[in-house]
Amino acid sequence: MAASSLKISQLTKTYGDFVALAPTDLDVADGEFLTLLGPSGSGKTTLLSLIAGLADADAGAILMEGADITYSPPYERDIGMVFQNYALFPHMSVIDNIAFPLKMRKVGTAEAHRRAQEALEMVRLPQVAARFPRELSGGQQQRIALARALVFRPSIVLMDEPLGALDKKLRDHMQLEIKRIHRELGTTIIYVTHDQEEAMTMSDRICLMNAGSIEQLGTPDDLYFRPRTLFVADFLGESNLLPATVRAVAGETLDVAMGGVVAPVGGNGAAFTPGQEVKVLVRPQNLTVDAARPDDGRVTGRLAEIMVSGSLTKLYLDPVTPGLPPLVAAFPTHRRSPHHAIGDLLAVEWHSADAVAIPCAGA
Amino acid sequence: MASSHVVAQGVNHAARRAHARRRVLTKLAMGVPLVALLAVFLILPVGQLLALSVVGESGFSLKQYQQLFASSVYFDVLLITLKISLLTAVFSTVLGYPVAYLISTRGGRAKERLLFWVLLAFWTSFLVRAFAWVVLLGRHGVVNKLLLGLGLIERPADLLYNLGSVLVGMVHALLPLAVLTMLSVMENIDRNLPRAASTLGARPGSAFWKVYFPLSLPGVAAGAIMVFVTSIGFFIVPALLGGRRETMITQLIIDQIQQTLNWGFAGAISVLLLVVVLAVFVVYDRLLGLSTMTGSSSARAAGAGSSFAHRIGDAILTVLGVITDALLALLPRRRRRRAPGESSRGLSVVVWTILIVMTVPAVLMIPLSFGSGGLNWPPTGFTLQWYQDVFNSPIWMQALTRSLIVGVGTGLLSMLIGTPAAFLLVRGNLPGKGLLLGLVLSPIVVPRIIIAVGLFYFFANIGLVGSALGLVLGHTVVAVPYVVMTMMAVLRTYDTRLDLAAQSLGAGRFATLRHVTLPILGAGMMSSFLFAFATSFDELTIALFASGGLNATLPKQFWDEVTLQVSPVIAAVSTCLFLFVGALIFVADRLRRPAAR
Repeated sequence: MAASSLKISQLTKTYGDFVALAPTDLDVADGEFLTLLGPSGSGKTTLLSLIAGLADADAGAILMEGADITYSPPYERDIGMVFQNYALFPHMSVIDNIAFPLKMRKVGTAEAHRRAQEALEMVRLPQVAARFPRELSGGQQQRIALARALVFRPSIVLMDEPLGALDKKLRDHMQLEIKRIHRELGTTIIYVTHDQEEAMTMSDRICLMNAGSIEQLGTPDDLYFRPRTLFVADFLGESNLLPATVRAVAGETLDVAMGGVVAPVGGNGAAFTPGQEVKVLVRPQNLTVDAARPDDGRVTGRLAEIMVSGSLTKLYLDPVTPGLPPLVAAFPTHRRSPHHAIGDLLAVEWHSADAVAIPCAGA
Repeated sequence: MASSHVVAQGVNHAARRAHARRRVLTKLAMGVPLVALLAVFLILPVGQLLALSVVGESGFSLKQYQQLFASSVYFDVLLITLKISLLTAVFSTVLGYPVAYLISTRGGRAKERLLFWVLLAFWTSFLVRAFAWVVLLGRHGVVNKLLLGLGLIERPADLLYNLGSVLVGMVHALLPLAVLTMLSVMENIDRNLPRAASTLGARPGSAFWKVYFPLSLPGVAAGAIMVFVTSIGFFIVPALLGGRRETMITQLIIDQIQQTLNWGFAGAISVLLLVVVLAVFVVYDRLLGLSTMTGSSSARAAGAGSSFAHRIGDAILTVLGVITDALLALLPRRRRRRAPGESSRGLSVVVWTILIVMTVPAVLMIPLSFGSGGLNWPPTGFTLQWYQDVFNSPIWMQALTRSLIVGVGTGLLSMLIGTPAAFLLVRGNLPGKGLLLGLVLSPIVVPRIIIAVGLFYFFANIGLVGSALGLVLGHTVVAVPYVVMTMMAVLRTYDTRLDLAAQSLGAGRFATLRHVTLPILGAGMMSSFLFAFATSFDELTIALFASGGLNATLPKQFWDEVTLQVSPVIAAVSTCLFLFVGALIFVADRLRRPAAR
């Protein structure tokens, strides 16, 4: 991993009795795209505000390239920020908005405008320089906000749900744009979102937050396939969480029992002991489904609902195997998908490598 | 690792403490000027005046109060004052409601056009408007001529110097205030609610009475109390349009000071007046909550009141709804077919009639000021003599200069003191915010006459009577609440993330203020400056005592002239003032527009 550009230690923020951010440690590498993900109220925006200097920490420290900036005012930090609703200055033209940070850094007007124009070209809107923010569409305003946060080449750029106000198509497009710009400039980006798909597609690492602290920090792959807690498993993507009891432990592989069916599954890195209650995570697309045979020793259920959502077809099953919650299986939609009817008795299977045991909370 | 952490924590603590100290100091610097101003030039003088009422030659004495309650004269005046004020409040809200309603339903140009006429009336001096009624209702005035012409009366009627003329003048004076206060609440009512009611099966009448009207009630209450309290402290209209039986309590105080310089008795009447006003506010607060006055919340008002009163009110509104629907059903079908929430032509006619009556008295002064035949209607001949008289008179010209200087001074000082305080109240997270807000609003609550007499006594002791500085200070006391409230409203709609954005882009505190905050707030600041200027420019009560002779302000000079004789020169001055105010509103509107582009 490259040198750390931002180091956060024991950073804390409370509002009265409410703990917005429990003591938190976080290292962000140079040039990394890190996403702070979590439900609303999880502390991700608080953490971002503390990094930007828009709120004061109660305790702890923020080090940027070794220097303590915990209590520096925002204008002395070398950090660019893209605000949720863009916060473009309504009384300035687009070019003046983008040139603003340069003028604040005593860059001459001509030079500032030249570089602002370059930034406009980078976000592919060179023609709107003379317009005012309110004359632009939401997507265009978003790009201007991006250009303004990048034009002074800050070492870190923070983005607070920058795509939240855009429609789905535009959002997909802007995700690609932001990735492209990140690649071209190599700037460190800390990105806040509550959209788990956005986090999965864009990030080098995801920092999943819950109730004011970090739930898990890792690559999207880590979080998706080896969630450390049930919260992570549930928050990221759709999941089947099957209650089970550990029968035997053999290295990274476990044998678990669920409703009379014994199956091999992988572990999530935690230590397991026989007899322990766990939940087994199997992603819907990793379940295969076919007609059940009498006494075939697999998990079975009755088909309750079929949903075709464009690219995916989902089957919802009411379990017949005792002690299991409803199940969902998904597979790519083909024109000639295997034909099941509602009420059919089906059996599900999975590859042991696609099933992960997660210790139950409190166990 | 552990020790370096401890060191870092120590450094942090020092930095945090410095940080916190800087914040506290900044807050103090923002709030102290306002508190100091009001403490020295409001609380101290008023307190002194009130104290004078219980201090006799040999210490504490209730002599003044014995005199006050000895005869029924003063109690009768109080009753008359309350009666006139109550009637004024009722008429102003009833007439103002349709106007405010229509304005709140309109958007864009149509709204600005309607609002212009309300603002024009609002800002036209009380003096000008009261004087206009003196002329209109006179024996040879427009109204008598009109009635004679229609054959309704045989010979000119005595329309002046009775309860009717006082009420006409009072309602005319305070109707714009009622409209503007109600409008601030109506604008916050979701237009979709009556529409939703109509999709749920409510006919237009029921949708209005059962949904819109209850939501607008806090505005009606706020408008009524503003008019009522202002009326209680009024003296211009009863003095010019009323007879002996319409003497109001404020006039008694003025008499005590101007004729006998009896501070103690003036103080005692002031206490009585203040107690009445405060009682009104306390009752209002109990019933509706003072917060409704700022138009910020209607939630509490909707849920307030006993369930019995609530049921009665609900039943009345249901009946009103049914009656209105029945009346609407009688109309030809074609005219009922319009989208819910849209206003009918009938309403427009009513509103425009009210607006015309609101404006016409001042407008009629224009032809009269050019007539050579005195103030009789219709004007005869054409002459510029009255204007020459005004512009060649050193007294009028000095009064004008004095008023402009004091007005600009008041505007600047109010901005300087009021704007930081507004920032503090909106942005600052400080304890006792409610207390500070109460202090800011107190110059509006305390009747102007009490402030004026208190300041007169105070200024006399420190040699500020007759000085421009004294007037600026006095006017700033009464103008600063409007500046603070206007700026608070502006700041509430201001997106503070713009400041944060500027700071994150490298702008320091002052650069942020200069390049972002102030330019965006500029229009709002300009309008509160004009508000303060206009308040001072039209202020009579304080000027009545604290200026005089060659030091008179324009309203004071106007008052001295008009109480002496009703002359065409006054009509000329009225015309000038009217046109000046019209131009001012027009310019303010133009200034506002590029920012709102």
